[in-house]
Amino acid sequence: VSADTDLAIDGPALPDLLATPTGRTRAGRGRRPQSIGEWVVLLVLVIFAALFLVPFYVMITAGFKTAAAAGVDHMWRLPSSLSWSGFSAAWTALHANIGNSFEVVIPATIISCVIGSLMGYIFSKLKFRGSNLLFNIILIGMFIPYQSILVPLVRFLAAVGLYGTLTGLALTHVVYGIPITTLIFRNYYAGLPNALLEAAQIDGASTLQTFRRVILPLSIPGFIVTGLFQFTNIWNDFLFGLVVVPDPSKQVATVALNNLSGSLTVNWNVVMAGALLAAIPTMFIYLVLGRFFVRGLMAGSVK
Amino acid sequence: MAVDTSHNTRDIAAKRAAHSARRRRISRTIERHMPKLLIAPWTILVLIFVYGFIGFTVVVSISKWNSFGENLHQRSPWYETYKQLFLDSRFQADLRNLFIFTVLFLFVGTMMGLLLAILVHNVVMARGFFRSVFLFPYALSFIVSGVVWRWLFNPETGVNLLFKVTGVNSALHAAGLKPLHPGWTTDPTVVGSLNGALAKVFPPLKEIGAQLGIPLALIPIVIAATWQLGGFAMAMFLAGLSTVPEEVIEAAKCDGATTVQAYRRIVIPMLRPTLVATLVIFGYTSLKIFDLVFALSGSGPGFSTDVPGIFVYDETFRAFQYNTGAAASVVMLVLVVAVVIPYLARTYRGQEGDAT
Repeated sequence: VSADTDLAIDGPALPDLLATPTGRTRAGRGRRPQSIGEWVVLLVLVIFAALFLVPFYVMITAGFKTAAAAGVDHMWRLPSSLSWSGFSAAWTALHANIGNSFEVVIPATIISCVIGSLMGYIFSKLKFRGSNLLFNIILIGMFIPYQSILVPLVRFLAAVGLYGTLTGLALTHVVYGIPITTLIFRNYYAGLPNALLEAAQIDGASTLQTFRRVILPLSIPGFIVTGLFQFTNIWNDFLFGLVVVPDPSKQVATVALNNLSGSLTVNWNVVMAGALLAAIPTMFIYLVLGRFFVRGLMAGSVK
Repeated sequence: MAVDTSHNTRDIAAKRAAHSARRRRISRTIERHMPKLLIAPWTILVLIFVYGFIGFTVVVSISKWNSFGENLHQRSPWYETYKQLFLDSRFQADLRNLFIFTVLFLFVGTMMGLLLAILVHNVVMARGFFRSVFLFPYALSFIVSGVVWRWLFNPETGVNLLFKVTGVNSALHAAGLKPLHPGWTTDPTVVGSLNGALAKVFPPLKEIGAQLGIPLALIPIVIAATWQLGGFAMAMFLAGLSTVPEEVIEAAKCDGATTVQAYRRIVIPMLRPTLVATLVIFGYTSLKIFDLVFALSGSGPGFSTDVPGIFVYDETFRAFQYNTGAAASVVMLVLVVAVVIPYLARTYRGQEGDAT
């Protein structure tokens, strides 16, 4: 594999993109601690882990409590009997919004990944004069505080008839997702040997043909990583959802959850259960496909 | 006739050849510029959505547009909105909060990440489990964590209830001390005041209406942010640690250093690039902070947890003070750019130098 030197904006190259997640430095299943030092490390980690899990404990137990059992005086108590009432009330309040979120997230994730892979391919393998500079100019788009583009964004969406629609929100996420997806794919393709592309060129394949027949089939790991990363980002967005789609019936899950939380008539345990429901899709991704998620995380961080 | 036909045929063939040569030439030209053509639409879209829109926001920020009806006429002097913005005691409080929050969070968040990474790197069992637990909150939305921590820091329940039910408060009471009952995000206290000292150094600063100290209400937000993003810092440091050869630590130990000393003197200095990267990422995340505060505490009592992100939203979409909101968002942008551009420029220069 030709080591591409162009990894200053650093990310995992092809060989290790699907390897074990970062940090698993020593192989093996582990063993019992043998020295006092090893016990201390383990004990401190157990304490930290317990502290980190406290909010999850509250969310889960709250969802199983009935309204009557959910007084603020016994937040920490386990539910006396298992009831779904917290979760079912939260589901009633949020299920339509969770559906809206999916309606935005799925197309926006797919489209921004496809565009990102095309852009990443060109910025890594078919450089032209000024392409590095152009790439960096595009890249800055992922850092800007989105507050500084909201008013023109709303005007633009209104002008094309997409303000207040989920399509408009998806379009917004696609465009502002391009810098990060381009970055991840660019780093990913930088790890592909140039010989592959040269072979395709000798066979007379055009740029697009090379992309379709050579690059795309090799991109599945890249699509998984970028897709999960984008899914999480877009699902967790709040500001765009809040500003682009104000209509309560069309709101996405994060916006509706925040409204539910601000409502004085809703019991706290329903809010907690709702927080868990709104988090389930990204939690699922993390739990089931965690190693890909960590890869995306590291690939998406400009180091 | 026959001659004519053959002549015609030759003519047509020649024309065809010329035609196809031209087409080949055109298609070769297209093919040569194909990379640019393929990225052009998306690049143009991003350039408009990022740079075009920022340009428009800058125009709004120096305009007279401060009600529902659009008015893009320039104010005079053009910086009037910015001047009023910096004289607004709420925005002053926002900048103070942003500064204090960023400093506290950068310190606590990276230290937590480094500590967890070193522990996870060295634990002999369940390494994957611990790493997953600490990174888990990162998968959540800031709104989810804001909503949950809002209840955990509600003075009537949550953490304060824990002080009661675990007997911490009875023990304090028995010892003749005051029970713990902090107001968390409802506490308007600002500790310390630099106003007097600053005004002595530079008299115009006595105009600052906000008290320049540390708002206690920011502490719960630092805790929530550390809970959510500490795992990310851990993942970064774990990646850094995995590049430190084991022999380095062994060699230090042979020279008589303890593990702690080996880490302090040798390993942690080697993690410098990771530390810088984490600080930059946390820096711009923190300067943009909005959702977490919005859901956890909102503006807080006396704007003690207000941040520019919330200010922009309120001014623009609630008060329709478009020019003020735009000016505040430009200030946010400048702050983020001041953190990101030097870092990107360094990376970019490295890139150009590497490309041989």
